[in-house]
Amino acid sequence: MQRAPWNRDRAQAIIDEHKHLDGAALPMLHALQHEFGHIAEEALPLIAHTLNLTRAEVHGIVTFYHDFRREPAGRHVLKLCRAEACQSRGGEALAAHAKARLKLDWHDTDAIGSVTLEPVFCLGLCACAPAAMLDGRVIGRLDRARLDNLLDEAGR
Amino acid sequence: MEQPMHLIKETDYGTPAVTAEKMVTLTIDGFPVTVPEGTSIMRAAMDAGIKVPKLCATDSLNAFGSCRLCLVEVKGRNGTPASCTTPVAPGIEVSTQTPRLKQLRRGVMELYISDHPLDCLTCSANGDCELQDMAGAVGLREVRYGYDGANHLDSEKDTSNPYFTFDPAKCIVCSRCVRACEETQSTFALTIDGRGFASVVSAGMDENFLDSECVSCGACVQACPTATLMEKSVIETGQPEHSVLTTCAYCGVGCSFKAEMRGEELVRMVPHKDGKANHGHSCVKGRFAWGYATHKERILKPMIRGKITDAWREVSWDEAFAYAASEFKRIQAKYGRGSIGGITSSRCTNEETFLVQKLVRAGFGNNNVDTCARVCHSPTGFGLSSAPVFASRMKKRLREGAKLIVIDPRRIDLVRMPHVEADYHLPLLPGTNVAILDALAHVIVTEGLIDEAFVRERCDWDEFQAWAKFVSEPRNSPEAVAKISGVPAEAIRGAARLYATGGNGAIYYGLGVTEHSQGTTAVMAIANLALATGNLGRPGVGVNPLRGQNNVQGACDMGSFPHELSGYRHISDDATRALFDSLWGVTLDKEPGLRIPNMLDAAVDGTFKGIYIQGEDILQSDPDTKHVAAGLAAMECVVVQDLFLNETARYAHVFLPGSTFLEKNGTFTNAERRIQRVRKVMTPKNGLEDWQITVKLAEALGFDMRHEHPSQIMDEIAQLTPTFKGVSYEKLDQEGSVQWPCNENAPAGTPVMHIGGFARGKGKFNITEYVATDERTGPRFPLLLTTGRILSQYNVGAQTRRTANVAWHTEDRLEIHPHDAEQRGVRDGDWVRLQSRAGDTSLRALITDRVAPGVVYTTFHHPDTQANVITTDFSDWATNCPEYKVTAVQVMPSNGPSKWQEEYQELSARTRRIGDLAGAAE
Repeated sequence: MQRAPWNRDRAQAIIDEHKHLDGAALPMLHALQHEFGHIAEEALPLIAHTLNLTRAEVHGIVTFYHDFRREPAGRHVLKLCRAEACQSRGGEALAAHAKARLKLDWHDTDAIGSVTLEPVFCLGLCACAPAAMLDGRVIGRLDRARLDNLLDEAGR
Repeated sequence: MEQPMHLIKETDYGTPAVTAEKMVTLTIDGFPVTVPEGTSIMRAAMDAGIKVPKLCATDSLNAFGSCRLCLVEVKGRNGTPASCTTPVAPGIEVSTQTPRLKQLRRGVMELYISDHPLDCLTCSANGDCELQDMAGAVGLREVRYGYDGANHLDSEKDTSNPYFTFDPAKCIVCSRCVRACEETQSTFALTIDGRGFASVVSAGMDENFLDSECVSCGACVQACPTATLMEKSVIETGQPEHSVLTTCAYCGVGCSFKAEMRGEELVRMVPHKDGKANHGHSCVKGRFAWGYATHKERILKPMIRGKITDAWREVSWDEAFAYAASEFKRIQAKYGRGSIGGITSSRCTNEETFLVQKLVRAGFGNNNVDTCARVCHSPTGFGLSSAPVFASRMKKRLREGAKLIVIDPRRIDLVRMPHVEADYHLPLLPGTNVAILDALAHVIVTEGLIDEAFVRERCDWDEFQAWAKFVSEPRNSPEAVAKISGVPAEAIRGAARLYATGGNGAIYYGLGVTEHSQGTTAVMAIANLALATGNLGRPGVGVNPLRGQNNVQGACDMGSFPHELSGYRHISDDATRALFDSLWGVTLDKEPGLRIPNMLDAAVDGTFKGIYIQGEDILQSDPDTKHVAAGLAAMECVVVQDLFLNETARYAHVFLPGSTFLEKNGTFTNAERRIQRVRKVMTPKNGLEDWQITVKLAEALGFDMRHEHPSQIMDEIAQLTPTFKGVSYEKLDQEGSVQWPCNENAPAGTPVMHIGGFARGKGKFNITEYVATDERTGPRFPLLLTTGRILSQYNVGAQTRRTANVAWHTEDRLEIHPHDAEQRGVRDGDWVRLQSRAGDTSLRALITDRVAPGVVYTTFHHPDTQANVITTDFSDWATNCPEYKVTAVQVMPSNGPSKWQEEYQELSARTRRIGDLAGAAE
């Protein structure tokens, strides 16, 4: 997930591309995250000015959604489901294993920037719990071996 | 002092009142209640005297439904709906207290309290905490979750705002502050950061309050149910024990406040919910900036000196009065009766103003009385920074769909700010107001947009036709005016069509209109527009001047002008004068006296030698500072009555320490002609109320105008002034406020003027020819300077500079367009020299495209800047209102303060010395 470095003019151009939409803030944020990999603090006043909102309002929108990142993620993002169904199917132990192998806590990225570990609350795969998501791809019936494979895939 | 009232706790109905024709009857806890359709169950219950527990609801804000404490049961319906968000319905039977509700509410409170510090005894909100009240109301006895779980108790307190603190550890995330910032204040500076348990209130982007978009109006503090947002004064002092209702002394909105007191100590000012001008809201100045009353620079003892270069000598009141009186008498004996005069203040009460003009007319025996209303120049642009509470309400209307046209040389905030966007901004060159207004009229007339029925019924048709012919001339067309004003013709046409056809149209204007050589013409041109489109004489329309100072209206009403007695009656009218003559036992002069500029001219010429100035700093606020200084310096006895040794006092021989609005009784009249009580909440620190000082000065002069209480002065005003005939303190105490005219025809006052006809007969159309000001740009002075105000400061800043409001405005800056700055090699923050034909000053530059190329702008809150050193003495043809808004200037880089400023600093220090001992010279 290599992303472009922050560029104010590019950010404003992306914002302007979406300003005609109804409820333009979310599409703008998605597009910015797609371009830069995260929503930089500097982008918020640009959105606020374009949409004639306050900084506070844009801050409220961004912080409401966990999936808008405020810092760059690793090259790979592994999300482990922490919701009830997955917990009842061994999710807790898998989470502990992932944390131990990566030496990471939730929301952290390893020092070389290869993996970010995140909790997620329900991927809609309760029937094949426990579930995970690697770089947007959902994986069901996770076990220790498959988790290790995923981490190998991510270069760890 | 006024009889103290108990601490006023206004009833909180939980949700706003609803107006609806249809009434609905239901029963709540067995009691029948009838309320307007659309009312919430919570409010209906409160109407019946039944309090439903609540935390996130308060009647100044729309229902939100988040705290889950106000749940009720409705017979036959499922679940437990929130009573704040559920409207009443005919015949429903509501229960507010059932075993099920009791259990639910206790459960909710347990969750709140499991994440709340248990320091009630030492908490600043102790005695005024809704969370504590609700814990009691639901019978909370234990918290089954304990206190060891995840919590916010270690959150850091934000103390950055000078007036209040934000302590997130005590926050219950009810969102009342966030909603107050949006709904009450229209600023949107607060939000909820995150979601679920992680939710916290955030100013801006998790900034501290001072750095955020917050304007410190305090609406959030007032809305907070806990100690999360709390006045620092309450933290320091403790809870108040009684309140006194009074009126703010800052701007012309006239906000009604509860002064919440502990003995004679002011704990906090809280806007009064029943205040008809402000409906429970206020701005940073009124609510918080009252610290000047106890500022160490306030002068509390009378002082005199023979020469202005002498040190001041503190004397007794009697000595000060005797000295001033003997000087005035000596001067009149030597130079004639007309050689002295007086100036009334737009900041003092009606009663005080009335007494000063009475002293001049009846005591001095001439009509040399004038007021700073002539030179009041508070507002920026259209006055919204100077009338913030009005601005909040206007922005609310704009969010609800009202359209907006802004005519201002600068791109002021209102042109585009969060949730507000003007439909048209006409960025005219300073000095071209009348041309633009005539062009608007041109479009309205030539495109057939006039309200002919209104004009035929309410105006003189022939006069209208003459005016219509005039404005229709090609030189008044938008295309012609575009060349003079710099505003594109299409924008003028669009704005004119919108005003004429957009439904109810109201015009609000500030001193951007009046402070021009054609100020009076512009006001007439505005009236023409309103008449031609039928936008007068009913709610929601009209022509509304926004007054900068609290009592500009009152000062004008009270006969402060040299040619007018109270109620705008000409001094030459024999019948009117006879009325005053018989009551005052004198014979008034029938000739109008001198205006302020004429007094100064006469002083320079040597025929005017003494002046009594109450509560006005003419040296700093009047144009052409050097001329004012020369005039004052030529006088032999200048008596200044003020809180501080202001700029004018540097030229004074007698200083009479004044009292603040907290220390006296009286009335102010706001911009909507609303007369409101000012009540004394503490003993004057200087010993006398301002009106008493005038009475005693008169007495020393041998003129008896004794009064025991300002109510008697109002009785005299009522007796002498037909439009005030029905006004009395008794009525004001009863009604809260009254809008004049108040007399036998309108015993309850007159909220809307000109209904069904104009007081002076037919509406008058005036021919308003545009005449360019004599102040022109040229090669030496190629830029146009215009001056204004900002929100956190007031007038010349004498009060606000002596409060923590300086946190928002530490210095005056010169706004200059990037193009003009680049041409002159000026960078942002550089010192620049600002020079006009009249003088020069230095200040730091602020580069911004808010101003157009060719236009520069500054404020004048700080005496070090002395922007008026460079404004000229051109003034309006009809009123002598000085032309602050247009001065041709040049700007060039400089190294720091100008020679004038350095000399001034030195002189300022020298003329402000107060001797340590009586008579101690250097």
